[in-house]
Amino acid sequence: MIVDDVAALAPGDEAEACAMVAEARDRGERLDIVGGGSRAGFGRPPEGARRLSSARLDGIVFHEPTEMVLRARAGAPLSAIAAALDAHDQMLPFEPIDHRTLYGGGGEPTIGGLVAANASGPRRVSAGAARDSVIGLRLVNGRGEAVMTGGRVMKNVAGLDLVKLNCGALGTLGFITEATFKLLPRPESEATIAIRRLDDAQAIAAMTAALGSPFGVSGAAMLSPGMGREFSRTFLRVEGFAASVDHRADKLIGLLVEFGAERVLKGDESRRLWRAVRDVEFLAEPRERAVWRVGLRASRALDFLARLGPRTLAHFFDWGGALVWLATEPTPADAAALRAALAPLGGHATLVRAPDALRAAIDVFQPQPPALVALTRRVKAAFDPDDVFNHGRMYAGI
Amino acid sequence: MPQIAFPQPDPTILERRDEIVAGLAAILPTESLIADLAGRRAFETDALTAYRRLPLAVALPRSADEVARVMRFCRDAGVNVTPRGAGTSLSGGAIPQEDAIVLGLSKLNRILEINLADRYARVEAGVTNLAISEAVAADGFFYAPDPSSQLACTIGGNVGMNSGGAHCLKYGVTVNNLIGVRLVTLDGDILDLGGPELDMPGLDWLGLVCGSEGQLGIVVEATVKLIRAAEGARPVLFGFDSCAEASRCVAAIIGAGIVPVAMEYMDRPAIAICENFAKAGYPLDVEAMLIVEVEGSEAEMAAELGRIAAIARAHGVRVMRESMSAMESAQIWKGRKSAFGATGRVADYICMDGTVPTSRLPEALQRVGEICAAYGLRVANVFHAGDGNMHPLILYDVNDPAQQQKAEDAGREVLKMSVALGGSLTGEHGVGIEKRDLMSCQFGAADLAQQKRVRAAFDPQARLNPAKVFPLDGRAA
Repeated sequence: MIVDDVAALAPGDEAEACAMVAEARDRGERLDIVGGGSRAGFGRPPEGARRLSSARLDGIVFHEPTEMVLRARAGAPLSAIAAALDAHDQMLPFEPIDHRTLYGGGGEPTIGGLVAANASGPRRVSAGAARDSVIGLRLVNGRGEAVMTGGRVMKNVAGLDLVKLNCGALGTLGFITEATFKLLPRPESEATIAIRRLDDAQAIAAMTAALGSPFGVSGAAMLSPGMGREFSRTFLRVEGFAASVDHRADKLIGLLVEFGAERVLKGDESRRLWRAVRDVEFLAEPRERAVWRVGLRASRALDFLARLGPRTLAHFFDWGGALVWLATEPTPADAAALRAALAPLGGHATLVRAPDALRAAIDVFQPQPPALVALTRRVKAAFDPDDVFNHGRMYAGI
Repeated sequence: MPQIAFPQPDPTILERRDEIVAGLAAILPTESLIADLAGRRAFETDALTAYRRLPLAVALPRSADEVARVMRFCRDAGVNVTPRGAGTSLSGGAIPQEDAIVLGLSKLNRILEINLADRYARVEAGVTNLAISEAVAADGFFYAPDPSSQLACTIGGNVGMNSGGAHCLKYGVTVNNLIGVRLVTLDGDILDLGGPELDMPGLDWLGLVCGSEGQLGIVVEATVKLIRAAEGARPVLFGFDSCAEASRCVAAIIGAGIVPVAMEYMDRPAIAICENFAKAGYPLDVEAMLIVEVEGSEAEMAAELGRIAAIARAHGVRVMRESMSAMESAQIWKGRKSAFGATGRVADYICMDGTVPTSRLPEALQRVGEICAAYGLRVANVFHAGDGNMHPLILYDVNDPAQQQKAEDAGREVLKMSVALGGSLTGEHGVGIEKRDLMSCQFGAADLAQQKRVRAAFDPQARLNPAKVFPLDGRAA
């Protein structure tokens, strides 16, 4: 990949990265870490003087199909990783969101970027988040030291786990150079049961029943009217060996008979649907709207939407209703109203898409209580005492 | 002579013992404070029984608020704190020091909330692992991680050690099933990390606390995922004439895209010990046995079993036996889960916990045998093969100091071998005191220094579970 601005630092290996970070630290220079640039709109806007790019840290270090383990350098494009895994009928388990649909921009999702963003998708309900599949990292801390954490084995409790701490830290603690993942077999088959014309309450009831069933549901989403059809559609996915998928799909239809489950999507039709859910395609337009990702108890999702009222311009459910994606006007007042509606119910709201000015003005991520703010600062200092990396990318001033 | 060093207790703390006990007595009711000698003896060791140290006192608080007051008192008085769940740690994670108090979770034993619609349970940290599954079993749900000690061990201890178990191959270990904790820091802050909602943004406090061996704070409450059990589950026994073939079969099953719920390995000595104890119907005339559990409907189990059996045949399997009843399944698992206890009836042992990449299992098993033979010691292997988490039980006589030293030396060689093959010192038991001085085999100086700085962000004086996890100053592996 070509680094498009000459001002960017683009180390070719870990040792060079250590030296560049150490120099920046000595100069008192702040660096903004970039991967393929596809998630540039995620988090607060960058504030650093110079970019530190993983573009030259490319390639798979190893893929051991019989161990279901893959190690790749941070700048490796996700598309190349997916193709290599596909050739062995394996995959990254957590179905990472591709933010390009939502941001309408270019760039190329990379391994480092998906770890930094803890990018997960619909399969979160059965296979965990990205952080559950990352088993090892190498990173350069803000002191310019190379640090290894975790390893290449699935079970490893030696020492403090700094792997998960760096997943979702948006590069505020270190510059990830290499990541190791546990994998899953790519399902031989998948089927998605579709139920039409449920209202929000019925949809959550159906998805709750399905996720609480013994049938291994790996996706549970509800698209509101106007998202592809004029009526609402509730979708439940099962994956695995073909005979098992057919069996469980039949059982689910039986379980959900009162909701009118009938149509079954298979193969490419099913895959296209879940890609659209994963990438939040239904809220991509109109571009000027703010897009929020709200995590809460599914049983409280209706209450939340009722409290927020007409500020919700459009919404859909993933994770059986435990994840609400919604669009509002991009204003501080809407943001305040959304967080106020959520506060008594518990949960968290992330402003995933909004103009830079709004993302700089308000908390993009759920605000933390004072004790956790202090702890966040201390842990940041434990990695990056002079605040070299991604200043203000997660929280203002940190 | 046992080889694991303990730091010299701080004499000024020992001198102030009466004052410290009085300070705790001002915070805790009589029944929550143990200061007499006989009472303290019960807390001087855990499941690493070769080592013991008598604590200053034992505090058994009943609430997060009491924990916070005890913690602030200890911080201000300069007293070290050893957290303790049920004391089942195999790595000495709950062994105190003479200048420390034990802070036990036994009175924090209430199940606070079960929510089947949102599929979680919120429990106090002293609730046992098995109690969670039992509380939801009638509704068809369970809590997935299942350490062998699940009848006794607490969820707080499980969080401390990031415990695993046989069924973690499919469902993950504690950290993958934990969605919230309430943590009390040494400053007495009560922090709610995560919660019933998934994936709280910000730094992943849950992932950091899980497996931190009680060095960041006291876990007083946990919120865990509940999973709906499959339609059915069935263990199947596969007997092999060769240990190497059995372990190659494990890699082949995973390589074929099959992830069974559990895939457990036992060698001939382990089979004999467990069969003698549990009468589970294990084949006694094979060199190695796999217990593979499949789940789903009858047809799904039959289909998955067919695929696994075909692979096993290609690896020369001689005995295949499917459980025919729920009672038989229970016996098969009882035999496996009582392996440590049953071995304890035969000999003293130390249990290793190294993990190796599954493709290196045949080599690792051979090396374990060679290392133990070189020391003239017997070994039984019983472990989680699907994720390469080995548990060689090195047998010795605890009353023979020379044998204990040999067993510990052999154990260290086995763990170094695990790391050299690309694995880890510990898959699920934790570092504790046992593997503390081997950490520099697995991690470089910068790696360990980074971990220690993160620990210091919570506990700058290193008062919580001191002299664990990290090598004592000046001691190399």
